[in-house]
Amino acid sequence: MAKILIPTPLRPYTDKLDAVDASGATVGELLADLTRKHSGLKAHLFNEQGKLRSFVNIYVNDEDIRYLQKEQTPVATGDTVSIIPSVAGGAPTVAEKGSDIGTLPALTNDEVKRYSRHLIMPEVGVDGQRRLKAAKVLCIGAGGLGSPVAMYLAAAGVGTIGLVDFDVVDFSNLQRQILHATPDVGLPKLTSAKNKLQALNPEIEIRTHEVALSSQNALDLFRPYDVIVDGTDNFPTRYLVNDACVLLGKPNAYGSIFRFEGQASVFATKDGPCYRCLYPEPPPPGLVPSCAEGGVLGVLPGLIGIVQATETMKLIMGIGEPLIGRFLIYDALRMRFRELKLRKDPDCPVCGTHPTVTKLIDYEQFCGITPAAPEPSHVNNATELTSVELKQRLDRGDKLTIVDVREPNELQINRIAGSVHIPLGDIPKRYNELDPDAEYVMQCKSGVRSAKAADFLRSVGFKRVLNLKGGILDWIDKVDPTQPKY
Amino acid sequence: MIDLTITGGVDAAIRAHGEETYPHECCGALVGRNGSVTAIVALPNTTEEGPRRRFLVRPVDYRAAERRASELGGDLIGFYHSHPDHPARPSQYDLDHAWPTFAYVIVAVASARAGDMTVWFLKDDRSSFEEGTLHHGENSHPDTAAAVHGQARRG
Repeated sequence: MAKILIPTPLRPYTDKLDAVDASGATVGELLADLTRKHSGLKAHLFNEQGKLRSFVNIYVNDEDIRYLQKEQTPVATGDTVSIIPSVAGGAPTVAEKGSDIGTLPALTNDEVKRYSRHLIMPEVGVDGQRRLKAAKVLCIGAGGLGSPVAMYLAAAGVGTIGLVDFDVVDFSNLQRQILHATPDVGLPKLTSAKNKLQALNPEIEIRTHEVALSSQNALDLFRPYDVIVDGTDNFPTRYLVNDACVLLGKPNAYGSIFRFEGQASVFATKDGPCYRCLYPEPPPPGLVPSCAEGGVLGVLPGLIGIVQATETMKLIMGIGEPLIGRFLIYDALRMRFRELKLRKDPDCPVCGTHPTVTKLIDYEQFCGITPAAPEPSHVNNATELTSVELKQRLDRGDKLTIVDVREPNELQINRIAGSVHIPLGDIPKRYNELDPDAEYVMQCKSGVRSAKAADFLRSVGFKRVLNLKGGILDWIDKVDPTQPKY
Repeated sequence: MIDLTITGGVDAAIRAHGEETYPHECCGALVGRNGSVTAIVALPNTTEEGPRRRFLVRPVDYRAAERRASELGGDLIGFYHSHPDHPARPSQYDLDHAWPTFAYVIVAVASARAGDMTVWFLKDDRSSFEEGTLHHGENSHPDTAAAVHGQARRG
């Protein structure tokens, strides 16, 4: 026979008594006797499996039975057994989505070993790791940003990783896209990515979506995923990802990179701003060059991608302070981080109080990019020529001058013999070095910058200015394959 | 037992505690009698699962709160905690860990500002919470709650 002290919340079940007597040789027997006498206690002390609930603490003479022999702890006559509550609770985490933690997948022994450095941190713990396992993350792009994002999320144990890409691995990718290696050149990026990620972590599922993301497929693609990671390199896709995330209510772990500078934020959460709150309108086409035109430091996507992966994991586990309403700017050359405050714009056309964009639109058109119309040949002849045509005319001995408008460092890589060099930015102040009546062929890497230079020369009265279509890249493909491409 | 009366001082002290610990959860005990809270005892949040989304009052702190309640001439009648950047509604986790008869006061703290405050009671069959009504009563000792708050923090 021992005395059991009853805590306040359970006294309604013991006729308001704060202490009752029960018999038994162990704590287990004692509690069984107690709940026989006071049956209302049972549901509050024991769970459905008949185990003591985690927040019920039993002490024998001030010793926690967890450190004795648990329910087998012997009880002698005259001992005092106390039931002492611990009180726990909290707000649902993002990954809970209203679901009980009990529905999260359990960890296998192998997974416990693999993720042990996570499990020993209380902020992650077993529950956090189970949330990662239950989570589904979609990476848009398996390139510069997508590589570190997917690799670290796979290593960390995110249970399902989706990848959207339709590109093929190119030599020029290898300087930064660490998912892909030299033997992968020529393979679809998704094949190469899946091989690497599955080798890194065979416990997780990799879903590949070999499609071009579009307004037609984005919502269906995104729907099964919890977090979308935007690793795109162009404005139409960036707006498309943003709008689809807002419409579906999915957080968008955003990152972008250019030359030596990177940006990151978390958009499209319930209370936070979206990409359009920051940039309601895209820049005019051609104003902001892409990485292919402007270059990018190889390690830069590593840093920004890892910020995106970190934010994704925090969102899943519901820990820390998310990068919501904050815009991180990283300058690799000066090695500085800056942080801008972002506010949700109540007039935002997609996430504001009266949205005008309620379904996905034509993002190419929104960004001022119209699909290239088939070019009438007579117009073509008047303003452009192909590299093969240029070669024929040079061979014929035509009197024309090639003006290379690229930057000096680009000319160190390759050059069409005999060309004159004036960088695009210098043309307005140096065009008087050229003869307005002579014939010129403007040339750059791919034909975009040289077209601008040609337009400018025509606008100041030059009569015979042609643009080399496809730039030096096309020249190397068709005429001079001995030179390197970049 | 579906109503809870709190004094203005208690109300302010719970809000202040929630704002102070933001973005982490705060927790503490409600002291009073007959459905009326006259003081709070702020308690340390000892959770090991990330205090932004969880709180835990250990048995030792529970006992301390019980002792403090009787020193203050009242009973331990429930607990409060905050939901940082989340509505003042109980989660599944709250339900799984709830004790019967206790009043569970939840204060929503959005961007470091305390907002809605609600009170909940566990149903006898543990199936869900029942929302109670919070009444604001006379504050007989305006300093009591704050004083208790401060004292418990030091301890």
